[in-house]
Amino acid sequence: MPRPMTMTEKILAAHAGREDVAPGENVWVDVDILMTHDVCGPGTIGIFKEQFGADARVWDPDRVVIIPDHYIFTSDTKCHRNIQILRDFVKEQGLKYYYDPDFVQGEGMPSPYADPTRTSYKGVCHKALPEEGHLRPGEILLGTDSHTCTAGAFGQFATGVGNTDAAFTLGTGRTWLKVPPTMKFSFHGEFPPYLTAKDLILAVIGQISVSGATYKTMYFHGEGIAALTLEDRMTLTNMAIEAGGKNGVCDVDDKTLAYVRRRSTRPEWAVQQDDPAAEYCYEFEWDLAKLEPLVAKPHSPDNRDTAHNCRRVKIDRAYIGSCTGGKITDMIMAARILDGNMVKVQTYVVPGSTEVHADMKRLNIYGEPLQPGERSVEQVLADAGCMIGGASCAACLGGPHDTFGRLNEPLTCISTTNRNFPGRMGHKEAGVYLASPLTVAASALTGKITDPRDYVREPILTGSAGVV
Amino acid sequence: MQTRIQGKAYVLGDDIDTDQIIPAEYLSYNPSDSEERKYFGMYAMAGVPRGQSGLPDGTLRFVPEGEFKTEYTFVIGGRNFGCGSSREHAPLAIAEAGARVVVAEFYARIFFRNCVNGGYLLPCESTERLIEHIQTGDECDLDIEAGTLTHQPSGRVFKLKPLGDVQPIIEAGGVFEYARGSGMIAGK
Repeated sequence: MPRPMTMTEKILAAHAGREDVAPGENVWVDVDILMTHDVCGPGTIGIFKEQFGADARVWDPDRVVIIPDHYIFTSDTKCHRNIQILRDFVKEQGLKYYYDPDFVQGEGMPSPYADPTRTSYKGVCHKALPEEGHLRPGEILLGTDSHTCTAGAFGQFATGVGNTDAAFTLGTGRTWLKVPPTMKFSFHGEFPPYLTAKDLILAVIGQISVSGATYKTMYFHGEGIAALTLEDRMTLTNMAIEAGGKNGVCDVDDKTLAYVRRRSTRPEWAVQQDDPAAEYCYEFEWDLAKLEPLVAKPHSPDNRDTAHNCRRVKIDRAYIGSCTGGKITDMIMAARILDGNMVKVQTYVVPGSTEVHADMKRLNIYGEPLQPGERSVEQVLADAGCMIGGASCAACLGGPHDTFGRLNEPLTCISTTNRNFPGRMGHKEAGVYLASPLTVAASALTGKITDPRDYVREPILTGSAGVV
Repeated sequence: MQTRIQGKAYVLGDDIDTDQIIPAEYLSYNPSDSEERKYFGMYAMAGVPRGQSGLPDGTLRFVPEGEFKTEYTFVIGGRNFGCGSSREHAPLAIAEAGARVVVAEFYARIFFRNCVNGGYLLPCESTERLIEHIQTGDECDLDIEAGTLTHQPSGRVFKLKPLGDVQPIIEAGGVFEYARGSGMIAGK
């Protein structure tokens, strides 16, 4: 009899060809998908060629996914050159899954795609991976980006790696992993309309600190999680790394399967779930009715406070975007608060992907297809005075100086992104408050950090948005 | 592997994330290009804010302005060194500047893994809070076999934690060398 295991232990055991594994063991596993992007791809390709030879072939051209997303809308010629390195490698290796920013040609700032449905470009890798069918329960995904853990929302093992690890997997299809112990975070009760997945993960990180889950799996559990869409579960698993987590996971349910069945590029997957007798190294339970809208104050994601306590903090800028807070459900939540109002501070909106951008044009603020006479999510945001950019990582990580929304001065910004260490969004002396799309939108209207309970009276329905 | 490393220390605080070690604006350089790679040395620790650079008055640069190399051999950090992004550019930048060892209370796991698998830096873990005992510029002496770091000005000998499971990869010089040595992948 194998020992009782968690989902993560079962996935690692299955990929190591073992009946069971225990936390702390080092195992060599087969990798299902390796993802890289424009910032880490060139270095990964360089190490791959240096180690395996100039004529080396990747282990499986259908299992390598390349998604340029970081430095797209910039005039920095090195960034354009890096995209060309990816293009050349894709062609040379015959890679099946590559999402080219086809409008990046020649020098200068590229003109964004005219129509988000008519470009091969996808935007932020963690959002594009599920949309393009590269996530499946039970699989192992490695990516050269710390937020690769986002994919755990689909009941798989996903973690970030460096260039050397990625190059090794590119040539061998394998990697070594230490089996992590699992921490279980349960959320009970009905979801209040003023809370979002972002508040839940800020509560968790505030409790266990930015290193509280180092080397560990974070398992998000309970009816509070079951109530969330896959889009919103991704907000939780996305920020597992902000607590130092190796990976984050959610249970697989009908919502997961509906999404994956519709999208997956492969027909089969293995659903794994925690055994009833599985062991956890930490357990904590929250009552959703007792949680308040939260922020993480500068300069750390664990610097937790309530939005209410920060109500006297003046802000210079609001930012809605990224793999954490730039999904279609985030956009709808923000639009519901901004609808019919004008922002008081400069407010930047960056869709997480071109699909999100297309949905912002296609859907109304209830998440349903536009009817004649209705305004789209994008129109509502624009009418409220928001500036809307092209899908990309954009100012979430600062980037080149001409990046849309970058904090080039020591401003105070409230943002739906994931990280607020010094200099993360640009200027080293800028102060970034992390918050939910509801809190960011409410704050944009007042110019001060604002508790969204003043604005949200009824549940915010997101309709068909991001459901399948 | 060399068993003794001596040189000057550069001291930082807790939760030094990879955006501080190498800010995102410099990630457009390609680390696989030998000319561009040097710039990671130039901008190593460029994101550490004023007041915290090399503590305690926080104005000491890791690499002098306009130069590619540091005078420091050791980086001494507090808790959770290297948290944040998975960018391998972070250990690469510290190594490219010329430092060889990081000693912290503990590491964010991707940074630690990148140090080990890429063979850039020796990531040691201290058993005490060294940032309260060592100041930037102090001479230190690492004895890898004995697992100790000697602080020359005071003569104090600090015990380090064992390298543990990753020791064979560190000794091999990285994951590729380790895999070749164990026959997992073919020789070059």
